[in-house]
Amino acid sequence: MKTIRYIIQKEFKQIFRNKGMLPIIFVLPLLQLVILSNAATFEIKNIKFSYIDNDNTSFSRALIDKFEASTYFNVVSNFPSEKIASSAMLKGDVDVILEIPNNFERDLVKDKKTNLSVIINAIDGATAGVENVYINQIVQGFNKNALVELMQPSVPIAIGITNKPKSISSITSFWYNETLNYKTFMVPGILVLLVTMITLFLAGMNIVREKEIGTLEQINVTPIKKHQFIIGKLFPFWIIGFGLLTIGLIISKVIFDTPIVGSLGLIYFYTAFYLLVILGMGLFISNFTDTQQQAMFIAWFFVVIFILMSGLFTPIESMPMWAQYLTEFNPIKYFVEVMRMVMLKGADFTDILPQLLKTLGYAIIMNGLAVWSYKKTS
Amino acid sequence: MGISVKHISKSYKKVNALKGISFEVKPGELFGLIGPDGAGKTTLFRILTTLLFADQGTASVSGYDVVKDYKSIRNSVGYMPGRFSLYQDLTVAENLEFFATIFGTTVKENYDLIKDIYIQIEPFKNRRAGKLSGGMKQKLALSCALIHKPKVLFLDEPTTGVDPVSRKEFWDMLKRLQQTGITILVSTPYMDEAALCDRIALIQDGKILQIDTPQGIVKHYPKKIFNVQADNMYELINLLKDYAHQYSVYPFGEFVHYSDKRADFNTADLQSYLTEKGLKDIAIETTKATIEDTFMELAK
Repeated sequence: MKTIRYIIQKEFKQIFRNKGMLPIIFVLPLLQLVILSNAATFEIKNIKFSYIDNDNTSFSRALIDKFEASTYFNVVSNFPSEKIASSAMLKGDVDVILEIPNNFERDLVKDKKTNLSVIINAIDGATAGVENVYINQIVQGFNKNALVELMQPSVPIAIGITNKPKSISSITSFWYNETLNYKTFMVPGILVLLVTMITLFLAGMNIVREKEIGTLEQINVTPIKKHQFIIGKLFPFWIIGFGLLTIGLIISKVIFDTPIVGSLGLIYFYTAFYLLVILGMGLFISNFTDTQQQAMFIAWFFVVIFILMSGLFTPIESMPMWAQYLTEFNPIKYFVEVMRMVMLKGADFTDILPQLLKTLGYAIIMNGLAVWSYKKTS
Repeated sequence: MGISVKHISKSYKKVNALKGISFEVKPGELFGLIGPDGAGKTTLFRILTTLLFADQGTASVSGYDVVKDYKSIRNSVGYMPGRFSLYQDLTVAENLEFFATIFGTTVKENYDLIKDIYIQIEPFKNRRAGKLSGGMKQKLALSCALIHKPKVLFLDEPTTGVDPVSRKEFWDMLKRLQQTGITILVSTPYMDEAALCDRIALIQDGKILQIDTPQGIVKHYPKKIFNVQADNMYELINLLKDYAHQYSVYPFGEFVHYSDKRADFNTADLQSYLTEKGLKDIAIETTKATIEDTFMELAK
């Protein structure tokens, strides 16, 4: 016990003396949380909208006004012809072109029917899809109002109220994130990313560093036990992991006002096991590498795959089946799920039990492998 | 009870680092392994300190088998690798304390043993190890290797890259340590240090060429050896090498060490040969073979 305590003490001394490492541990993650949470958004705003108004009536202008009023669209220009509009799209000046046909108002009044043409830049398919939905919503809303306005005068009053146009409107209520605030969704996920990345990199590089500077050889000749050394080396990073989580939670509360509905204790409880997985992984990597550079590259490789397949940025449900099976082996996925469940839904212990058990199993396997592959003799 | 090595072989993928080496080191002996880089010295050290398994053969250190009793060996040996391998970001005192702790002892308990050495670096005990000079690093490393009072001390090229004064001091310390009864196995590529050992083994290409005392080992040199001097060193070496009867020619400081094939070699013959070729200030006198001469001869 005394030996372990001394190694831990020594590790902390080294960590805090490493002037290059301190900012990496504490400052970069915070920047990451603040920047990524604000920037990594799928909300599509500031769409560069342009139109060709061939009709030029009060009706067509009312439609344009609807777009002007929307927060999603920036009406950038009004083109006289489709040809000019197309070349502007080619240059990337506009994302969307709405063409209002000749006799737009007249056709609508007479035939109660007309066509609008919409051209959307679809290099990014997902964005184009969302833009299309926005445009449709605006056009339909306009359409509904227009019908009411246009038709009402023609209806004889004598027939009475029954003939008044009716419409069904649905009011959606969004649970767990009422205002559909993107940050509420992202912050818990990015918190996971930060805890995972920093802990894995530091733990992975730590033992390799002793290999690189030759102290491991000196240590291996001493009667120190395998478990003493491993616990002594990894425990400080377990603590640092908690430190990162705490700082992250404080920031998400103070800066982003992310709701923390569930119990903080439960988050820490789960994190305790999750960090074991990450530390085991770090140790495993360092057993099979000789330099910090190699360790860094391997750790990076796994982190990128784990993150992209964690459901943090893209929903797992929309991945192909084989990829969905693969995500079962992704510890980050469970942490992301648990964080969102506990922070946003207020999940309790029994709710996260499946994730907790899988993480626990993962931790046992990973650390087993790591300890088994760590050898004092080469 | 010292060190016993029997037919140890070890090969890496393509290199045969050790080829059936055997030798004995008596308890309390200061034993030197002398050989060039790549001779297999470090591999042997790593096997004896239980860091590496031998392919063949057995070895024991202080009575413990290096494979079966590796735990006991780790408790009773001190190892100082060739590369400085202490924590550069910990201070002198912290390094010492760290190694004392992981050996389950304290600095105070064995301070007597390291006192002589540690006292010299004590004024810098709050300095980080990485900021020490080469000689001081060496002293710290030795202190750390001694802190648990080992029975056997392994020093792998302890003086490589250390200045001559510190080297001399270091060997004086080893001599003093030896008097406390510690068995010391030291490797070095420097022939002058070999003379300070009780016995030495000349090792090359994974094989031991000869084991003897430094005084005894030079007797293995088969010829009489001469110091030859002239005004033009470069010419002298070339001429001697071209000489039909030469047995060996090696530059040695301001002299050239020369030996002749003939049993009835007469220095006057060589003198006239060199004068004929235009060299001046020629001096030829007999000298004793050194360990270096012997090594070069045996390594042929």
